[in-house]
Amino acid sequence: MSTAQRAAGGTADYLDQRTGVGLAVKSFARKIFPDHWSFMLGEIALYSFVVLIISGVFLTMFFVPSMGLITYQGAPASMNGLEMSEAFASTLHLSFDVTGGLLMRQIHHWAALVFMAAIVTHMMRVFFTGAFRKPRELNWVVGFVLMILGLAAGFTGYSLPDDVLSGNGLRITDGVVRAIPVLGSYMSFMIFGGEFPGEHIIPRLFTLHILVIPALILALVGLHLFMVVLHKHTHFPGPGRTEHNVVGFPLFPVYVAKAGGFFFIVFGVLALMGGTLSINPVWNYGPYDPSPVTAGAQPDWYMLFLEGALRLMPGAGMEPVIAGYTLSLNVIIPAMIIPGILFTALALYPFIEAFATGDKREHHLLDRPRNVPTRTAVGVAILTAFFVLILAGSNDIIATHFALSLNDISRFLRVMIFVAPILAFWITKRICLGLQRKDRELVLHGHETGRIVRFSHGEYIEVHKPLDEYERWLRVQHVPQRPLELLPAEDERGVRRKGYRRDAVRARVSRFFFEDRVEPVTPMELAAAHSHGDHDAIGSTTEGHQTPEISSGPERQVGQQVAEPAGGASGSRPGRSADAQDH
Amino acid sequence: MSNDRPSSDLTVPAATGAVSARGDVPERFENPGLPPHQPRRADSEPAADKRAERQVVALFGVSILGTIGVIVTYFVYPHDPSIESMRTANMLLGIGLFLGMFGIGAAAVHWAKTLMSDHEQAEARHPQRSDAEVRAGALQALSDGAQDSGIGRRGLLKGAVVSAVALAPLSIAVPLIGQLGGDWDVSKFRHTMWRSGTRLARDPSGTPIRAADVTIGSVYHVIPEDLRESDHWIEEKAKAIVLLVRLDPQDLVESDERRDWSHEGIVAYSKVCTHVGCPVALYEQQTHHLLCPCHQSTFDMADGAKVVFGPASRALPQLPITVDDAGYLVAQSDFHEPVGPSYWERLK
Repeated sequence: MSTAQRAAGGTADYLDQRTGVGLAVKSFARKIFPDHWSFMLGEIALYSFVVLIISGVFLTMFFVPSMGLITYQGAPASMNGLEMSEAFASTLHLSFDVTGGLLMRQIHHWAALVFMAAIVTHMMRVFFTGAFRKPRELNWVVGFVLMILGLAAGFTGYSLPDDVLSGNGLRITDGVVRAIPVLGSYMSFMIFGGEFPGEHIIPRLFTLHILVIPALILALVGLHLFMVVLHKHTHFPGPGRTEHNVVGFPLFPVYVAKAGGFFFIVFGVLALMGGTLSINPVWNYGPYDPSPVTAGAQPDWYMLFLEGALRLMPGAGMEPVIAGYTLSLNVIIPAMIIPGILFTALALYPFIEAFATGDKREHHLLDRPRNVPTRTAVGVAILTAFFVLILAGSNDIIATHFALSLNDISRFLRVMIFVAPILAFWITKRICLGLQRKDRELVLHGHETGRIVRFSHGEYIEVHKPLDEYERWLRVQHVPQRPLELLPAEDERGVRRKGYRRDAVRARVSRFFFEDRVEPVTPMELAAAHSHGDHDAIGSTTEGHQTPEISSGPERQVGQQVAEPAGGASGSRPGRSADAQDH
Repeated sequence: MSNDRPSSDLTVPAATGAVSARGDVPERFENPGLPPHQPRRADSEPAADKRAERQVVALFGVSILGTIGVIVTYFVYPHDPSIESMRTANMLLGIGLFLGMFGIGAAAVHWAKTLMSDHEQAEARHPQRSDAEVRAGALQALSDGAQDSGIGRRGLLKGAVVSAVALAPLSIAVPLIGQLGGDWDVSKFRHTMWRSGTRLARDPSGTPIRAADVTIGSVYHVIPEDLRESDHWIEEKAKAIVLLVRLDPQDLVESDERRDWSHEGIVAYSKVCTHVGCPVALYEQQTHHLLCPCHQSTFDMADGAKVVFGPASRALPQLPITVDDAGYLVAQSDFHEPVGPSYWERLK
């Protein structure tokens, strides 16, 4: 044994005797994690949070969270001699006089933007692959709260330098808070410690930004990861992967190297951004003063949707006075009701879908988004609404860059906020169904090879190469969800059944989700396709629960591989083909 | 679709042939299991393996050079507080830090991908639910504990525990929330420091404005002349800022009760947007429209600053003005309504 080995053994023995750490090492070191590029998104969020803490600690050493006014002496020349708050002065000081200070500031800001972007894309990955299903609903909620905390962290941090832009951001916050019915004025006083802007808001935001919010994020990140370990990570469907196993590589050494290495990659990229891409050069805006404002100013991207909602809302007639009290609907609707609905729907989505499926099983295999068309379409519709609001928040930039009328853009987007999500829903659902049909086509007929063969009797065909079983499995593995059937309102003795109303709602939700679907190819269909050389002989193959039978009757039309609604099979509703139905 | 002949199986005649019995064919395809492992070059060729190792070492080397670069920049780069010098230093440090970090990351990932085992392994999952025995044990433990404490029998005690624990946080929350809002005097929203006779002064210099100097079409950002004498001048400024323009009196539409609020076509309106309070700062001379750059509420300065577009719902409050004996513009009084965004008790 070498000295190093003896030392390591000694340390391990020392620790194990005092903590029993051996058990943890034994069970964790070779724990299997599945691999997929999209699982990196959450990692990016985690690592940019670590970078935020590292760069943030650096910044707190030089930043002075005070609104006391001083006359600034120092670089840059344009700011020399101006009256400004200590917060703004110390931001200039740490940008110009502290070596590496500007780098840390810019890394910190970029990392915050990447942090939110990673959280949102990670959430999209979890949403579109159905990773939020049982048993992971609670972890979805934890992740949702983390997203809200991320927004709060970004908002509180953005306001700290006390420059013109962030000051006007706080001014908007004050205007929004005042619009809250009954309590608004008092909440404004509570936040600012009196009238806007007062002298308290920056120290208060500072404490929230560097203590309260990061502590909460840290605690919830711990809980989030603990649940990931507890549930074991989901994996994508594929050969050898089931609901009862997890296929991948061991934590030590593969993920220690890959995930550990990835932290340094994220840090490196953020450092490169901080070093080469200028962000929030506050000395160009100047210290906050209630009077000036810059045109073409946008908040950080994750706040743009709120800004956009505020811009889109028409104000005329939206401020009713009820018994002498003013209700600012032009602010309440875009700043509270719309984000309220959006966020509530997002937080509760796993529970809504579970209600529709009535599914109590655990799910560890991810869905391919195309195989769950309605969920995918709902997700895209929500994203589309979000995107329309982001465009609305950038309407002045669009107007100046594309020489368009600002008013026309706003009017157009006022229509699009309603129309675009519906269109997006419909188109996405069609695309998903189309992709599923393509999967069926591929499984039944194989790959085109481009090889044309001529038979002796003169017929030409193109040779198709069948899929091997591994390639095929991905396209046939899913078990499609079928709409729940509604039991009759009365039992056999004619007594009204308890819970019928709830069941009726559930059946309707379920129909919305699962009525249109394309079911995977069955071995029977494949055999039929091969032996007939023309699978269409078996006609509409996926009607309801029935196993398709080889039809000897009249051949059905092509393009009916789409499932007909289960209602057709159960006889309670007339069948409709997915092609004819638009939601 | 049906028009081409999709079967690839050339040995089977395409026209006939039936699937035998249903029983022979399973309802669903079966999972074929893990696909066979594809060896990488480094697995089979020692030269590729050595090359990968050298690449990993080189990447770690890049990291070391990057870190050295940062340290050298820190000590050697001349400190000069100009924007250009700061930018260069920032870029050098940033690139050094990038190499220092990225080198380690790229090396580790490359190591994992080329040299560590890439055999996929499977591990069994277990249902989250604890088995019946454990559940029964847990319930038993809880009921034993509840039994021991006697919480079920002692109703008064239960009430006392809940009340005490629920009330205790109030001793922190009440003093905290009670004082967060300062004096809570929300009536301050109603008033600004404009008084009868307060001179209109330029922002930020504070020089008073002579009516004769204001030409048609020009626009002034205005503060009260005595703004800086106030103890809380920033809060006062946030309410008192005014935008003043002189219009051709022919263009001006004035209601009867406000006819004497302007002076020879000079009108003054609050610069605080009635939407959410941004300074309404962009004036377009041709249309007399005033635009808020935050949310694009647009007000018509020739027609009582009424809203012509955007999310604001109310016209900007007008400051009644006149001229004093020396010819300077002065306020006749404070605004006749609260300035800025709406709030619940605004009209009370």
